[in-house]
Amino acid sequence: MKLTKTLLATSALTIAAGMVHADAHMADEMTIVSWGGAYSNSQQKAYHDPYMEKTGVKIINDESSAEAVSKLRAMKEAGNVTWDVVDVVASDALRLCDEGLAMEIDPDEMLAEGDDGSSASDDFGDLLVGDCFIPQIVYSTTVGYRTDLVGDTPPTDICAIFDTETYPGKRALEKRPIGNMEWALLCDGVDKEEIYDVLETEEGQQQALDKLATIKDDVIWWSAGADTPQLLADGEVIMGSTYNGRLFSLIEEQDQPVAMMWDAQVFDLDGWIIPTGLSEERQARALDYVRFATDTQRLADQAKYISYGPARKSSAPLVGKHAELGIEMAPHMPTDPENAKNTFLYNYEFWADYRDDIDAKFQAWLAQ
Amino acid sequence: MTDVTDATTAKSAPTPDDGIRIADAEASGPVLAADGTPLKRSLSRALRMQKLRALALIAPLLIFVLITFIAPIADMLFRSVENDVVAETLPRTTPMLAEWDADSGTPPDPAVFKALYQDIFFAAERKQHTVLGGRLNYEMTGMSSLFRKSGRKVEDMGEVYQDQFEDLNEFWEEGENWNALMGSDEWNAEMAAWDPKGDARQPRFELRDGIEELLPQTSETFSAYAKFIQTVDEDNLAKEDPWAIVYSALYDDLTGPAAARLNDYSGPAAEELRAAAAAVDTFETVDYVAAFQDIDKDWTDPEVWQTIKTYSPRFTNGYFLNAIDMQKSPDGPEMRPENQQIYIKLFWRTLVMSLTITASCILLGYPVAWILANLPARTANLLMILVLLPFWTSLLVRTSAWKVMLQQQGVINDTLVWLGLVDTMDRLVLINNQTGTIIAMTHILLPFMILPLYSVMQTIPPSYLRAAKSLGATNWTAFWRVYFPQSVPGIGAGSILVFILAIGYYITPEIVGGTSGIFISNRIAYHISQSLNWGLAAALGTILLAAVLLLYYAYDKIVGIDNVKLGG
Repeated sequence: MKLTKTLLATSALTIAAGMVHADAHMADEMTIVSWGGAYSNSQQKAYHDPYMEKTGVKIINDESSAEAVSKLRAMKEAGNVTWDVVDVVASDALRLCDEGLAMEIDPDEMLAEGDDGSSASDDFGDLLVGDCFIPQIVYSTTVGYRTDLVGDTPPTDICAIFDTETYPGKRALEKRPIGNMEWALLCDGVDKEEIYDVLETEEGQQQALDKLATIKDDVIWWSAGADTPQLLADGEVIMGSTYNGRLFSLIEEQDQPVAMMWDAQVFDLDGWIIPTGLSEERQARALDYVRFATDTQRLADQAKYISYGPARKSSAPLVGKHAELGIEMAPHMPTDPENAKNTFLYNYEFWADYRDDIDAKFQAWLAQ
Repeated sequence: MTDVTDATTAKSAPTPDDGIRIADAEASGPVLAADGTPLKRSLSRALRMQKLRALALIAPLLIFVLITFIAPIADMLFRSVENDVVAETLPRTTPMLAEWDADSGTPPDPAVFKALYQDIFFAAERKQHTVLGGRLNYEMTGMSSLFRKSGRKVEDMGEVYQDQFEDLNEFWEEGENWNALMGSDEWNAEMAAWDPKGDARQPRFELRDGIEELLPQTSETFSAYAKFIQTVDEDNLAKEDPWAIVYSALYDDLTGPAAARLNDYSGPAAEELRAAAAAVDTFETVDYVAAFQDIDKDWTDPEVWQTIKTYSPRFTNGYFLNAIDMQKSPDGPEMRPENQQIYIKLFWRTLVMSLTITASCILLGYPVAWILANLPARTANLLMILVLLPFWTSLLVRTSAWKVMLQQQGVINDTLVWLGLVDTMDRLVLINNQTGTIIAMTHILLPFMILPLYSVMQTIPPSYLRAAKSLGATNWTAFWRVYFPQSVPGIGAGSILVFILAIGYYITPEIVGGTSGIFISNRIAYHISQSLNWGLAAALGTILLAAVLLLYYAYDKIVGIDNVKLGG
C-alpha cells in the first residue's frame, strides 16, 4: 500500500534525521560551555579568539554552565555528549568527577608548564581540587555596600551584615546556606578555625540559623549573580553579597556609589572539565584547547577583561591594566594581599557531605 | 447527551457498528453478505481495514508523541521509585546484610566487611563508589565522603597478600603466569596469536576447565578482573598484572578446603600453588573490620549499615516519603524533624496561590473580555493587540519589569510617596513575597483568561440582554441571570488554562517570590539542576501531576468538562 509505505518512510526519516544531526558534529568545530555575560566575553577575547586564529578550529559558545551538571548527566544517559569543554565551579567539578562524568586529568602531563619553569602541579598548587578539575580563576563572594547610605562609618567588618542598628536597611544574601552559615557563626563569636567543627553538629547548624534569623526580615535572598548589583544600584539594599567581578563592573564600569568590603570573602574556584564519553579525536582537541587556554600568559590575559584572579602563581606578575578602562587590575583582584587579609576558602569536602542536609534545613527555615 | 446503545431504538442514522449488532442480534441464523461469508465477519473486516488506515495516518504523530513526550515523562516518573544503584554497586554485601539485625546496635559480622571490601574494590575500578556515595548522602550526611575515601584506600587493603605472595615467589608477580594458570589453553593460544595492533578484537578470557572447582574464589575474582580489563579499560590482558584483590581471593582459597584438592592437581603452576598453600598459614592476615575502621570510624556505626540496608532493595518508596516530609527508619516511616519539613507546606502554598491567581485573573479578565466582545470589531481588534502585546514579550522581560515597578524604591512606591499616600519610611513591600508572585503571575497569565472568555462572549447574541431588559429585568438581573450563565464555559476554559499553567510555574516565583512566594516547582528545579536528587524531583513531580489530575477530575464532577469552551 503506497500510503503506508510513505508514512513508514517518513517516520523512519524523522528518526534518522535526529541521529544524523547528532553525528554531524563537525570535525573542525568544538562546543565550549561557559557562564555567559562579561565572563564569557573575557574568555572569548583571552582564549577563544587567539585559539581560533592559531588552529582554525571554530569555537561555539554555549551558556549553560549553571545547569552543566544536570545536563551532562542527561547527555551521558542519552549516550550523546555534545560538549567538548565545560566551565564549572570547583564544587560542580567534584560532583561531575564523582559521577564519572568528567575525565581525570594528570596536570603535569596534560597541562602546560609555568612560564617560570615550575611544573603545572606546583604552579596551580592547592587549587587542583579533585582529580578532574583544571583551575582557571579564583573569584570570591564578597560584600558591597552603598557608600551614600552607610553614614560616616563605612563598614569594614563582615558582621556589619548582622548589625541592623548601625546600618539599617535591607541586605542581599544568596539563597543558599554556603557562605551565609559560615558568616553567621563567625559573627556569633565562633572561632574561625572551629567553624566547620561547629557546623557539623545539629546545634551548630541551629546556632547559625538563629543568628541569621536576627536579620531574616531585613534580607532579600538572591539566586542570580546579577540581582545584588541591580539592588545596590537602585538603592533597594544598603549592602549585599555577590561575586567580586560583578561588583567591580558596578563600581568601575558603571560608576555607582558602591564600595567593596572584602572582609571574610569566600574564595571559590572556577575552571574547566572535559566530559567523559568523547571520541578520541574530540578528546585530543579538547585537551589541546585546555592546555593552550590555561597557560601562564593566557590566564594573565583574562584578567585584562574581568577582575578575577588567575589560578596560576606564575600568572600573577603578568596581570596588567584593564583593556578598556586602563586601570591597574592587581588591586581589584580578590587575591591581592590588601584584600585578602581575612578570607575563607570554600570547603569542598565539607559541603559535598553536608550540602543536602543543611540545605534542607536552610530551605525549611526560609519557608517558615 | 443521549446514550446510543441500540440502533433499533435510536433515532440517529445507523452506523456500521450498529450493523454488527443487528447482524448479531438476528435470532434466525447469521445474515450472509453477497459473497456468502457471514455479514458480521465481512463487516468487521472492512471496519478493521478502515481503523488500520486511520491509525497509519496518525502514526507519525503518535510515534513522535510517544518518543518525545510520553516516554521521557514515564522514564522520569519511574525514577521516583527506582533504586538500582545500591544493589548493583554492592552485589555481595546487600544479600548478606539482609540477614543482619538492624536493631542489634552492633555492626554486622566480619564476613560482611569482606564482601564490602570486594564490592568497593570493583566499584572503585568502575568509578561507581562515588555515585553510590552521592545517592546515600541524600539519606545520611557523610556517606559521600565515606565512600570516596574508602574507594581511594581500599586498594591498599589487599596489597598485604599481594606482597606476601610476591615475596614468596616472583612467579606470582607476572600477569602472564596468572593468565596461563587461570585461562584455558585454547584462549592462551588465541591470545598468543592475536595482534594487538590489528583490527581484530582481543580474544575474550575463558576459564580453564576444572580451575573453578579447584580455586572457586580466585576464579570468580580473576574472571571479573579479566572482563574489566578487556571490555572497560580495553587494555591488553597479556600486559596487565592482576589487581590486589585477586591475591586476597587466592589466599582465601588456599586457606580453605581447596588446599587439600591441590594434591591431585597437575595443571600449570601446580608446584607454585602447592608451595604457596604450604606457606599461607604463616601469612600475615588482613582484619577487614579493623581496616575499614582505620579508613573511617563511621564504618562501625550501625546507623551507616542501617542506611545501606534500608536502601538496598531495587525499588524504594523513600523518595515519595521524602516528598511528603517523612523518612524511612528501621521502625517504618516516620515524620521528619520539624526543622526539615517543607514539602507539604509548599504543595499547599502552590495550590492556594494558584487558585488565588486564577481568581484574580477572572476578576481582571472578565470585564476586559466583555468590553472587547461588545465593542465594534475595529476598536476591538485594536484593543486586542494591547492584550496580545505583553503575550508576545519575553517572560523574563515582563517579570523583570515588575521588579522595577514593585520594589521599595520602585515606580509604584515612588508614586505613592510623591502623592503623599505612603510615608517614605514605610514604603509598601510588594515584591519578594507572595504579593509579588501573585501580581506578576496574574499579569503574565491574564491573556490565557481573556482569550477564551472573549471568544465565548462573542458568540452570546446581544439581543438576549435587550430581550431581558425589555421584559423588565434590571441591568444586574439581566447580566446575572442571562449573560453570565452563558459565559461560564469561557470562565471554565480560562480557569483550567491559568490554573494548570500557574501550578507548574517556577521562573517568575523565583525572581519575584522571595522566600514566601516560591512554589513547589522551585524545589523540583533545585533537585533537578542543583542537588541532582532526581529521584526526589521525580516523586515531587509525580505528586504534583496526581494533584492536577485529581483537581481536573473534581472539576469534571462539579462543573462538567463538557461545559468548557475555547470558542464559538
